[in-house]
Amino acid sequence: MSAHPASNTTRERGKDHPAVIIDSVAKHFGEVHALRGFSAEIHYGRLTGLVGPDGAGKTTLMRIMTGLLVPNGGSVTLAGLDVVKDNDAIHVVSGYMPQRFGLYEDLSVLENMRLYAQLRGMNTDQHADIFESLLEFTRLGPFTQRLAGKLSGGMKQKLGLACALMAKPEVLLLDEPSVGVDPVSRQDLWRMVQELTDDGMAVVWSTAYLDEAERCESVLLLNEGKLEFDGPPQQLTDRLKQRSFRLTGVSGERRTVLARALDLGSVGDGVIQGDAVRVVLRADAGREEINALANQVGAQLESVQARFEDAFIDLLGGGPGGTSALADRMDPVKLDSDIAVSCTDLTKRFGDFTATDSVSFEVRRGEIFGLLGPNGAGKSTTFKMLCGLLKPTAGEAHVVGLDLRRATGAAKSQLGYMAQKFSLYGLLSVRQNLEFSAGVYGLEGASKRERIDEMIETFDLTPYLGTSPDALPLGYKQRLALACSLMHRPPVLFLDEPTSGVDPITRREFWTHINGLARKGVTVMVTTHFMDEAEYCDRVAMMYRARLIALDTPDALKRDSRSDQHPDPTMEDAFIHLVESADLEDEARTDAKAAA
Amino acid sequence: MRRLFNTWINGRLRAQIVKELLSILRDPRSRLIVFAPPLLQLLIFTFATTLEVRNANIAVYNQDTGHWSYEMEARVGAAEFVNKVYTVHNRDQLRRLIDQRKVIAALDMGPDFSRDIVAGGTGKLQVIVDGRRSNAGQITVGYLNAIAANVGSAARKEPQRASPVVVRHWFNPNLIYRWFVVPALSGILVFFSALMITALSIARERELGTFDQLLVSPTTTLEIIVAKTVPALAIGTVLGLMMIAAAAFLFGVPFTGSFWLLLPSLLLFIASVVGIGLMISAVSATQQQAIMGAFAIGVPAVLMSGFATPVENMPLVLQWIAQGIPLTHFLVIVEGTFLKAMPASDILANTWPLAVIALVSLTLATLLVRSRLQ
Repeated sequence: MSAHPASNTTRERGKDHPAVIIDSVAKHFGEVHALRGFSAEIHYGRLTGLVGPDGAGKTTLMRIMTGLLVPNGGSVTLAGLDVVKDNDAIHVVSGYMPQRFGLYEDLSVLENMRLYAQLRGMNTDQHADIFESLLEFTRLGPFTQRLAGKLSGGMKQKLGLACALMAKPEVLLLDEPSVGVDPVSRQDLWRMVQELTDDGMAVVWSTAYLDEAERCESVLLLNEGKLEFDGPPQQLTDRLKQRSFRLTGVSGERRTVLARALDLGSVGDGVIQGDAVRVVLRADAGREEINALANQVGAQLESVQARFEDAFIDLLGGGPGGTSALADRMDPVKLDSDIAVSCTDLTKRFGDFTATDSVSFEVRRGEIFGLLGPNGAGKSTTFKMLCGLLKPTAGEAHVVGLDLRRATGAAKSQLGYMAQKFSLYGLLSVRQNLEFSAGVYGLEGASKRERIDEMIETFDLTPYLGTSPDALPLGYKQRLALACSLMHRPPVLFLDEPTSGVDPITRREFWTHINGLARKGVTVMVTTHFMDEAEYCDRVAMMYRARLIALDTPDALKRDSRSDQHPDPTMEDAFIHLVESADLEDEARTDAKAAA
Repeated sequence: MRRLFNTWINGRLRAQIVKELLSILRDPRSRLIVFAPPLLQLLIFTFATTLEVRNANIAVYNQDTGHWSYEMEARVGAAEFVNKVYTVHNRDQLRRLIDQRKVIAALDMGPDFSRDIVAGGTGKLQVIVDGRRSNAGQITVGYLNAIAANVGSAARKEPQRASPVVVRHWFNPNLIYRWFVVPALSGILVFFSALMITALSIARERELGTFDQLLVSPTTTLEIIVAKTVPALAIGTVLGLMMIAAAAFLFGVPFTGSFWLLLPSLLLFIASVVGIGLMISAVSATQQQAIMGAFAIGVPAVLMSGFATPVENMPLVLQWIAQGIPLTHFLVIVEGTFLKAMPASDILANTWPLAVIALVSLTLATLLVRSRLQ
């Protein structure tokens, strides 16, 4: 059966040849080297992952492959055509779905599809069969009349995919298709891509989520414009056999244990995983040190399967150490109450739309509390009500016992806030940014200078003081944002998607600081869509369709979703399980209503 | 305690004011937006757009062979406003010249023109004007009338008699166009600059995400508004004074009034514009929306302010609305201060509406910023 109405003749002819031949391709933009000259091949009938952190050169390579950019050196051949010389023909044989597919938000699903068909020179009346099969394939059939702007993130991607497939491409290039897509829709995308590759198409899936690499048949791993690895992902993780371990039975002390483990010379990388600590040993390092640590803290050490992310960090020479210079300088936080943040029946409605539906929870002092959920689930709205940026329609939110809506300036200085995408003033220099945040929190004179100097020293910002934050490397940008939000030493810290778009090493450094702060008693509220990041939290609140569907420790959530299918579920499995049972409950409720 | 309170406020406010100033002055694009258009407009408005008629082309169809028709033709040819005289020999030619816009007006003198004059009667000539250029056409007719009157008195061989009606223009006796336009421009340019700076300010922060950062900090809404008002006020004042200096020294417009009355009026004027700009910014989600909003408000405001057409000629409803436009009042003040030494009482009559507009718009802006938190 054919999932897609494309004819297979051309593909069969070319099956023995690679779909894409990348030959020492290089591209630079001014001083910035996006691609540093490497060669690789991409094959038909295979899902190839183009994996790497943001800024690795994935999009540049994608755009060269589709003929939208001309490389400075080397060449790329796609389906036997040179992307520069046969530029016009490239658009016929390739389908490209950019990060933000150009959907017309004011047109309906069907109108968008018609438009893309017409742009391809197809007569829309003659191709009803193509439309039908694409709609069935993407399961968008029931939504043909809905405006594209009103679709969810996942549905938008599916519509984008349908439009990219319109031209029956031989090579399909998907640029970060899973960004902003909830895990359930992501499963759908994987299924569709699987069907396409079974059908003989070459599919390239670029992603910054390293866990997605493990699902690809072949992987091109990019970092800073260099090809670090080319082959099946398994081959890379195999190098780490017998080097990944889990320390269990350390629940209360896990952050201290992680910090100590990371400071060991033999440990290259480590993260919190629920109640356990996961470490990766450096190549050729012995187990003595980690064994000794396990004995000291009374933990069990067990060998676990290596992950792709472990391999990536190992390839780059390991992650940062475990000590946070920032947290070391802080005095332990003293609060009058044990409850740092609380909300009861918090509800927000925008007209008919309920964004948050009576959410209640309490966060203890020194806790790292995660708000997790797909885009549009209401986590941002809830978060904004908690820190006083939105007024609840009903219910109450308190931070350190204060309602921030009515709070004075003094009360507001109890919280630190780091907005999504590091909200820094790009027009001010790094130093001016630091001075502004110190000033706006009322720091003056000697104490202001002292605090700023301290931040500069802690975060190594000296070489960048005169530059604009926009020109900073991502890691430094994040450090600056963190420095600005912690300038006034708040006992409660709000982080809104703090690590989206950040490479794994920068992410680890960030969490080292957060772990250190939590150990000093700082309460941290964090929203994230990285499922594995939820494991760093003490407790996680899962939000779905405006409601709180679960609130527990990461381990308990995973335990509850254990099934025959998933004997050792990940956070993502747990999330999907919770969402599906919430959907079932909803259905049952509507059925009951209908029956009554 | 009080001292502590003061320094605390000052520190937070100072940090924000520095931030606002740097955001405007460090950005090459916003520097361009703030300073380039005023200078360009100053040049365009003063040199390019003028209501006087110069370099006009006139067609003459002279069917007469007498002395007086030649006298008339010669005087038109010598007139300062005339560039070239086309002599034509039939009506079709004349019509074609007007059709093709070669000439703005044509003189048609009949065969009896000189004979009638010599006979002691009145010589009649026809003036045909291009109605598509009605304004310049009318002015041309006025000039031609004056020439015809001169010819007439010469024909009667009487000494040049004073006309029965003598028009004297007070405050601008020679009706020099620039005397009127350049002082008004100082108001219009300051209006647009202040509107732009403030309309972009909140919207830019909202786009960057720094506005949320600001809202969760201990700073109050009032402080945010004040911090955004001060730089716009400073830059607007500098611009306004530059324009006023250019008018007085570069274009030689007589400055007869009091500078010390004009300055506070200028500050009040800018404050009221800042309030409107911040209101636009508070309801805009992006900078693009803010620019659209500033133009949607700014252009009609200038047209209704009395710069181009007198407020008194507008329908009553629009006259009321015009009273709500800060520019309407400031134009009265600035024109008056330049040309007619406007006394303090008259200036006050126009500053209190500015104060009211400033108070209302700034309060509304504060409330809008606050209500966007809902």
